[in-house]
Amino acid sequence: MKMRLAAAACLVLVAAACGGDDDDDSAATTATTEANAPTGSITVFAASSLTDAFGELADTFEQENPGTTVEMNFGASSALREQILAGAPADVFASANTSNMDQLVDADEVEGEPEVFVTNVLEIAVPAGNPGNVEGLDAFGDAALNIGLCAEEVPCGQFGREALANAGVTPAQDTDEPDARSLLTKVEAGDLDAGLVYHTDVLAGGDSVEGIEVPEDDNVIAQYPLAALSASGNAELAAAFVDFVLSAKGQDILESYGFAAP
Amino acid sequence: MTKARRRPGARPPVVLVPLAALAVAFLVVPFIALLQRVPWSSLAERLSDPLVTQALRLSLTSAFSAMGLSLVFGVPLAWVLARTEFPGRSLLRALVILPMVLPPVVGGAALLFAFGRRGLFGAPLYDRTGFQLPFTIWGVIAANTFVAMPFLVVTVEAGLRSADRRLEDAAATLGAGRWMVFRRVTLPMVAPSVAAGAILCWARALGEFGATVTFAGSLAGRTETMPLAVFLALQTDRDAAIALSLVLVAVSLAVLVPLRDRWLAA
Repeated sequence: MKMRLAAAACLVLVAAACGGDDDDDSAATTATTEANAPTGSITVFAASSLTDAFGELADTFEQENPGTTVEMNFGASSALREQILAGAPADVFASANTSNMDQLVDADEVEGEPEVFVTNVLEIAVPAGNPGNVEGLDAFGDAALNIGLCAEEVPCGQFGREALANAGVTPAQDTDEPDARSLLTKVEAGDLDAGLVYHTDVLAGGDSVEGIEVPEDDNVIAQYPLAALSASGNAELAAAFVDFVLSAKGQDILESYGFAAP
Repeated sequence: MTKARRRPGARPPVVLVPLAALAVAFLVVPFIALLQRVPWSSLAERLSDPLVTQALRLSLTSAFSAMGLSLVFGVPLAWVLARTEFPGRSLLRALVILPMVLPPVVGGAALLFAFGRRGLFGAPLYDRTGFQLPFTIWGVIAANTFVAMPFLVVTVEAGLRSADRRLEDAAATLGAGRWMVFRRVTLPMVAPSVAAGAILCWARALGEFGATVTFAGSLAGRTETMPLAVFLALQTDRDAAIALSLVLVAVSLAVLVPLRDRWLAA
């Protein structure tokens, strides 16, 4: 949240700076806008782990394409999938795993082929100071510690269990959280000694959490696919937003939040 | 309460009828839509899953406990708000009904900061006794009570304010002590409000999701109540989620239908 506010503040500053010397080239900008740039508004459904990054992506996209509005709707990928299947007015879907996207492809909801736009790895989150002296995945089998996982119904829970299985650890968790952010809240508050979340969540947690890397051999790489949706009322703008996320500039923004290029 | 007291043939003003009908349609149509999606053929099998019975037992235990705690602490609070005068009373009322407007997830986080292992009150408790509320059924009950008690307080306070205070005064002039007046006059007078408040409180606690998952976590058999089970089931298996919701609806109706006329139609 802090990051997002900072990002918003930066954008305001940039906008103000632009406003000063805008007079000369505003006519030219208007001309190009009318010629070929998409206008109007779209709604992007994105996994909650993308909240901060996509907030900035949407703001930057709007800045670069005057006259466009990008509305964001964040939630668990599976919940968003259900909403789209039920006919929610979504133009673009960014999922935290491939299975939710595949279900939309099967239901003929996707325009073209989904593309993996970033990856994310798991990381152990511990409260600042690491009161439980957690050193690695072994801690997740320690019944004396307060241990949290995501529920196995959601992607981070599936990946977490895979990583623990790779490490040969039988989890002794005290809670199965509905999503990574909710797990992170309990780590931040110090009620959990360790939780298995995404690398990007640890970064978003700021100073109140510390990250402990999961060894590469045990870790699981989460792939995030992105696609424009066939029910979109503004296919041109939806495609332009997808292109922007995949562009070098979009990838830079995503990397600044800890995501890795695919 | 009895048939004799009901006014026969009370006919509502014409304008109210279509509006009431629309209200009914709006409130009932979603349930009909839910029923239409129920996977009837596999229902018995899904519901006999021990995870479902565990979650249901946990939900009922915590909702009734929250109701009991709210009665014990909420009725006195309602009395204080309704019958005493002191500076800052409006502020106090606003503060105690805050959980009604607070997003439950925020309420849950606030509970964590107060009663969690490192919380304001939770830390000294944990350091001395090793006891922690989160990840236990006590945490579930605490979260339910936090969110649901204001419903009882508001209802009972309204009842106390509209009760005829002359009866209390009469009892007092006849020599009844303050406790006697409260127990034998005030409480019976506001009994319908107390019942209505308790039922609202129970129903709110039964459906509680956000504060519970944020404060108490979610572990099958320990802290996973029906709403949490429904939410998680919805991630992978919509039919299972609908089957679970149906149980919750059925249980609520089984409790609410017999109660309403008996206690609420004063």
